Amino acid sequence: MVEQATAPTEERIWQLLEEVSDPEVPVLSILDLGIVRAVRVEADGQVHVTITPTYSGCPAMNTIATEIRLRLLAEGHTKLQIHNQLSPAWTTAWMSEAGKQKLEAYGIAPPKDATGHVLNLFGQEEAIKCPHCGSNHTKLISQFGSTACKAHHQCLDCLEPFDYFKCH
Amino acid sequence: MYASTDSISLPDVTPELRQQLFSYVLQLADTSLILAHRISEWCGHGPVLEQDLAMANISLDLLGEARSYYQYAAELEGQGRTEDDLAYLRPAVEYRNPLLVEQPNGDFAHTILRQFLYDCFHYHLLVQLQAGPDRHLAAIAEKSVKEAAYHIKWSSEWVIRLGDGTDESRRRLEKAIGSLWRYRGELTTPTTTEQTLQAAGFVPDYAAIQQQIDAHVARVFEEATLPVPQGVFMQKGGKDGRHSEHLGYLLAELQYMQRAYPGMKW
Repeated sequence: MVEQATAPTEERIWQLLEEVSDPEVPVLSILDLGIVRAVRVEADGQVHVTITPTYSGCPAMNTIATEIRLRLLAEGHTKLQIHNQLSPAWTTAWMSEAGKQKLEAYGIAPPKDATGHVLNLFGQEEAIKCPHCGSNHTKLISQFGSTACKAHHQCLDCLEPFDYFKCH
Repeated sequence: MYASTDSISLPDVTPELRQQLFSYVLQLADTSLILAHRISEWCGHGPVLEQDLAMANISLDLLGEARSYYQYAAELEGQGRTEDDLAYLRPAVEYRNPLLVEQPNGDFAHTILRQFLYDCFHYHLLVQLQAGPDRHLAAIAEKSVKEAAYHIKWSSEWVIRLGDGTDESRRRLEKAIGSLWRYRGELTTPTTTEQTLQAAGFVPDYAAIQQQIDAHVARVFEEATLPVPQGVFMQKGGKDGRHSEHLGYLLAELQYMQRAYPGMKW
């Protein structure tokens, strides 16, 4: 039986959330991803964590909420409510610089700033740098990759396929 | 449900208008769910792996969107029904999706055209709903429009590839246009519920959306070297619960688990 700890500080909760990783991209913490929008602790120790989904149907969100609960529970924080917030909608602009570097080291090209209008059909996109060999000589295979948040690219120099964390 | 939805604030409207809003949100939910299910039928059967993945991704986006609507609809109704009850335990005549989205997949060209016709409407509707007076509906739209933008780009590019492709791809796309164009009109033909909500400012003006759709279709069809069909008789009825025979078969599969093992949660 885990005893309810004394009321934690909000700073402490943020530290614990830094230790919760994304189940699909384990090198990223949920803070790197920018999906934790708010933390609030009430006087009686009730903790509120507000998260926002990356994509509407992202199956990782259930796992993330469970991981948050488990991490806080392990520290004795039993009074927890997780809130789901849709607006403002998540954007890759909220991803931390540290997160982008971790992504690239992991073999996933990090999101660039959005270029051009989405209705610009067959439009030229800015080249995405290959995370394996660093070449900018790459091509888009598909806007839809292995998970909702990634597009599928290929390097034309080292020929390796790679994921690109797409702008959103 | 992974997180509390206690932050949903219901709009301050009369009980009658709230009932209309419930019907409309349910219509949006059913539309996304039925199309998500249809596209998911391609999973493992796509013409190439990348497009198989693309369709699974689009299906997942629509399923997520459907879920947000069902959760909201359950709150609006306030009768204790859950998102699962609404998605899985209603008979076909209570579904409010337009006829287009329940049409079978056919071949790849048929699926692409169905998706294209829907995406044109879906994208432009969401853009408008974002600015609507119902803040929760606007939040769902704000989230989903970013995903819908990827969908319309994908299906538009495929219409161009197939139309301006080989003789065979063009023949198949023309056949799809012949079968599916008749379902396009229902999307922007308001039901009495939609008319009521349009008058109250909750649903955008469809005439304006139709203009934007027509402009996009004209541009894509020109690049695809296809003529835009004119004077086609438009079918309707799905939004009022009068469905084609296809919906019953689809629901038999969709609802099987919930009916065989009652009480399962999303």
